[in-house]
Amino acid sequence: MFKYFEPNKIFSITSRAPKYVLLLFIIIFSIGLTEALILSPEDYKQSHSVRIMYVHVPASWICLGIFSSITFLSVIGYIFKIRNFFLISKSLAPSGFVFNIVSLVTGSIWGKPTWGTWWAWDARITSMLILLLFYILYLVAWRIYDNKDKVFKVTTVITILGIINVPIIKYSVDWWNTLHQPASINILSKSSIHISMLYPLLIMTAAFALFSLLIFLMKYNTELIKIKNKGLDRL
Amino acid sequence: MINELFFMNGYGIYVWSAFVFTFLSFASLYVVIRIQYIKEREKFITKFGNLNPERAIFAKSQSINREILSNTPRI
Repeated sequence: MFKYFEPNKIFSITSRAPKYVLLLFIIIFSIGLTEALILSPEDYKQSHSVRIMYVHVPASWICLGIFSSITFLSVIGYIFKIRNFFLISKSLAPSGFVFNIVSLVTGSIWGKPTWGTWWAWDARITSMLILLLFYILYLVAWRIYDNKDKVFKVTTVITILGIINVPIIKYSVDWWNTLHQPASINILSKSSIHISMLYPLLIMTAAFALFSLLIFLMKYNTELIKIKNKGLDRL
Repeated sequence: MINELFFMNGYGIYVWSAFVFTFLSFASLYVVIRIQYIKEREKFITKFGNLNPERAIFAKSQSINREILSNTPRI
């Protein structure tokens, strides 16, 4: 099954896909922005500041999703010695890192009108900051190690240690008394968010997911060309 | 209407700064990754141009190299 993921086989697709993904992203993002900034209602308690949710929540979801994917791919790649999984993980990391920063900064901006402070050493916020440190460690590891086997091992260890933090982020609002509100959207039980706010949130999440796919494809193609450049040196 | 969109009952500064920060982060990331991509592609084309004919034929036998040289769009 893994042979279908070989770079030589998928490059013809990954090299052509970005322009279509970019076009789709622009369309979905425009609809999402219109919904988030104009059409969606203000909150009865938070007024218009609730609109920050439409960038803060998708960014948080996607940076968590990307880190989980990186961990899964790194562990499977390390066990079965699939180098391409490491390449995919490496290509996913930049967008996860930027989404994590967006999540922290927009959360901080939202905190000022809602809690009266830009920052609090609250369990949710602190655990998100720790996730950012793991993203930094992961990206730095790829920069400092030249030896492929060593970098595969080190990045896998970093992701395994980092993934311990992911359930802590998820359940921090339930386990501790935090300033951060509990989850408004639940897959297994009834969500407390109104449908008029849920739709824009889902549209913005789709737009953010498309953006991370776009960045992933561009980065993946860059990494493949880099490998081929080294191949030309050996000829 | 326009006033409400910009000022948002006094919350405009927070809402707009969050959206502008997100947009700028996206734009910066896109530009950085695009520059890296163009740089690597240019490097590949230059290296390929410097190969002697025999090695160039061998390199071109790999489908991925042909893709990079001919079909890879400039995103």
